[in-house]
Amino acid sequence: MKSRLSNLFYFLGCVIALWVILTYRGIPDYLLPTPQQVGVAFVQQPTLLLSQAAITFSEMALALLFGVGGGVIIAVAMASYVWIRRLLYPLVMASQVIPVFTLAPLLVLWLGFGIGSKVVVAALILFFPVCLTLFDGLCRVPQQWLDLASTLQASRWRCFWQVRWPAALPFFFSGLQMAVILAPIGVVLGEWVGASQGLGYLMMQSTARMETATSFAALICLMGLAVLLSGVVQGLRRYFLWPTG
Amino acid sequence: MLGFEEVSFSWSDQRLLQDFSLIFAEGKTTAILGASGIGKSSLLQLLAGLRPIERGRILVERSQIAWMGQQDQLYPWLSVVDNVLLPSTLTGQSPDRRHAEYLLEKVGLAHRLSVKPHQLSGGMRQRVALARTLYSDRPVILMDEPFAMLDAMTKLRLQTLTGKLLKGKTVIMVTHDPAEACRLAEEILLLHSSPLAVTALAAPLGKPPRPADDLGLLTAQAALLTRLEAYEISSE
Repeated sequence: MKSRLSNLFYFLGCVIALWVILTYRGIPDYLLPTPQQVGVAFVQQPTLLLSQAAITFSEMALALLFGVGGGVIIAVAMASYVWIRRLLYPLVMASQVIPVFTLAPLLVLWLGFGIGSKVVVAALILFFPVCLTLFDGLCRVPQQWLDLASTLQASRWRCFWQVRWPAALPFFFSGLQMAVILAPIGVVLGEWVGASQGLGYLMMQSTARMETATSFAALICLMGLAVLLSGVVQGLRRYFLWPTG
Repeated sequence: MLGFEEVSFSWSDQRLLQDFSLIFAEGKTTAILGASGIGKSSLLQLLAGLRPIERGRILVERSQIAWMGQQDQLYPWLSVVDNVLLPSTLTGQSPDRRHAEYLLEKVGLAHRLSVKPHQLSGGMRQRVALARTLYSDRPVILMDEPFAMLDAMTKLRLQTLTGKLLKGKTVIMVTHDPAEACRLAEEILLLHSSPLAVTALAAPLGKPPRPADDLGLLTAQAALLTRLEAYEISSE
């Protein structure tokens, strides 16, 4: 843990040093503000940044709830019933052929400028990795574990909850890790296409007004949210997954 | 009654059993010997209901069967004691933790109750599997090369322990090892195949002499090997 933290500090130190060097090489403020200017943006408008971050975070949380929930339900249904697999698997795969970027304006048109369109855009993006990895995990449970449950005459329900689900958890967490990284992308995409609040909206507005320092501050907030969610998933993973030895 | 009645079964487009009948001796340990790929494990899987048959009848009450595979089949997310309790938890019965702890004590693992399987050696893991098999308290035990992946000394210790703890139960054990068959079994069957199908494939080699000591075991093993060789020559 200590070494991971020190690695993170080394990395951040290198990024800031490179940033300072670039800004002192004569790049104008409106293209690349100095770290000090970004710091000032944080100090001068903490309420604005926090309130916009809270909106974006709630959109991300809702998108995760619906995207992950939907992914889990469809994966479980496909793994449990052959007819559902035959029906839904091609649809799930085909859904990824259409880029969500092209759907975002339509979703804003249908669902309005409120939180709903952002949640749906992000949920559509992060649903896929969760669904596919969990489905894969549920189908790849070692046969010997299933055989044991079968010889003990476990019911289908107990076999699912006590064997297949825990066995598929490593796959699920891999999908969830990807989902929390994709969630900010989906939410910001929705905010860029049409919104009146949120970090994506703030970045668009401040960039248009040449307030690049505020745009950078919003970007850093967004990264912070993604890191926070990723940390939560890592914690859950450590708690729920068994060590591999 | 435990066995097969005119059973036909194919696996991967290959006919393994054709109208095959065999009744196992109850209350005894039967070892099944035979070359790799001949269908020894398939026989056990059919008895356990893990593979569907095409024709015939499997004479067994599935609720009476306990399974012990080549691999220990321990669930890595459960502790040792919870793995032993699986026959209860997987069937919705209330788990008897005290009994599970008693059985783990019997197999010498009383001090490792709450550790996870990855923290155990191969021999310890197989002992947990043995405790789980005993916990299920079923009269018929099917063992598919249960000690094949263990080193010689651990194998020897576990064979002795298994022989002691499973006494009186009907044990059907698949093995490659004639010494293991001599050590544990009261009946030994040899499987051999015909070119197209395995028909009437059990050649009862009868009761091996009970090995009283190491010399007795060696003698029994030598006698069995001689009989296996004689059988192979006569069937060529």
